[in-house]
Amino acid sequence: MKVVDGLKYSKDHEWVKVDGNKATVGITDYAQDSLGDIVFVDLPEPGSDVNAGDAPAVVESVKAASDIYSPVSGTIIEVNAELEVSPELINEDPYKNWIMVIEMKDPGELDSLMDTGEYEEYCKGEA
Amino acid sequence: MKKTLLYDKHVSLGAKMIDFGGWMMPLQYSGIIQEHQAVRSEAGLFDVSHMGEIMVEGKAAGEFIQRLITNDISRLKDSQVLYTLMCYPDGGTVDDILIYKLNDDKYLIVVNAANTEKDLEWMESHREGTVAVNDVSEQYALLALQGPRAQDILQKLVDIPLEQLRFFRFIDEVNIAGIPGLISRTGYTGEDGFEVYVSAHSVSRLWDEIMEAGKEYNLVPAGLGARDTLRFEAALPLYGQELSGEISPLEAGLDRFVKLDKGGFIGREALIKQSRDGVQRKLAGLEMVDRGIARHGYQVKADDKIIGHVTSGNFSPTLKKNLALALLDTRFAEEGTLVDISVRNKLLKAKVVKTPFYVKRYKK
Repeated sequence: MKVVDGLKYSKDHEWVKVDGNKATVGITDYAQDSLGDIVFVDLPEPGSDVNAGDAPAVVESVKAASDIYSPVSGTIIEVNAELEVSPELINEDPYKNWIMVIEMKDPGELDSLMDTGEYEEYCKGEA
Repeated sequence: MKKTLLYDKHVSLGAKMIDFGGWMMPLQYSGIIQEHQAVRSEAGLFDVSHMGEIMVEGKAAGEFIQRLITNDISRLKDSQVLYTLMCYPDGGTVDDILIYKLNDDKYLIVVNAANTEKDLEWMESHREGTVAVNDVSEQYALLALQGPRAQDILQKLVDIPLEQLRFFRFIDEVNIAGIPGLISRTGYTGEDGFEVYVSAHSVSRLWDEIMEAGKEYNLVPAGLGARDTLRFEAALPLYGQELSGEISPLEAGLDRFVKLDKGGFIGREALIKQSRDGVQRKLAGLEMVDRGIARHGYQVKADDKIIGHVTSGNFSPTLKKNLALALLDTRFAEEGTLVDISVRNKLLKAKVVKTPFYVKRYKK
């Protein structure tokens, strides 16, 4: 299982890349592997507001549909529309193929997320 | 949780194991879509040893079975296989099963794993005359070799000419690379292929022999995930989804396996009535018009009224479309009808289309 340094991780297996008050969100290698072949991505409308813990996006594999939770609160300012055409990109490289960018209302929420080492440990416990 | 004798092999091949009707079974090895495509283009090997096997023996075996099933066993010859439904008196389905006729007094019945106990009790409670009904599931292991290369692969291991084995026929006591077994030209994928029954203790060796013989044909191990998407494209029913105690074979569109004029059988009166009056609901194929995937249990609506539910739904790896099977109010089951599917509180449009989605490629 691959993890990437410098990202924040949620217990629901999303990763967050922070750039100022912008948070780019995707799903981790662990998440894409347990989902299997991803065949559909339902993206939120850019401009919509989310609270941490909301599920604005859905990723579906052949197996099942899985909610994608927002690890932070704020406004969705961008979505990766390429995934609507090629959802399998998430399987190919889950860290490159992000899902949405959120303009954070409260960057303090990031403190509740895990760093790379903590997330690796967390995944061991999930297995 | 029960395990098949190949459990360790699946784990060592890197399979993701899941609970399927109380059995730990391989969901996938390399990936569902890859395995699915391998079966459509070359071949895949499935461990389906979880299936239940019931032996029915005795002078009255044929008559006894005839009373329990919707199809007609009277014309079944030795070494033929019959697909049929067993129904409750109200026409609901007890199970969908395969019957192997070994001889006039001996039949091997293959049932859905999760239904084995229920089927045994059902049969036992209707038993009359000189008939013995025995659960022999633990004696048998079952592998399914499916795909256009299946015959080439299996032929390397047997001396009999497989091209002469027709669809839904079987040969017993075949020597398969030194292992005695029963081979039938049957399957659950919509492709040509075989199911091989051997005694439980030799299944591990049989798996290795088939995988080795299949190397030159790119044979892959395939899991229940691919088995489900393959049967779904071919619109083969799955008990618990397209069939259940509440769904009759006529509602599921399995009319050709229901012989109302063969004489008495359990459920006949109810099915005659359904046939005469027309069924109120019917299984139909749906293709998504809007973006989205319909899943088992989702409601289907028209003018905001519930008109049915999705029994199976998925992305079709072969047709690259989002498709579904749904049990619909018959008035909405006509090809071309537009309906709404409730997906996460949104209504998505879908269109009724012909089934099967994928035209089966059996060797008849």
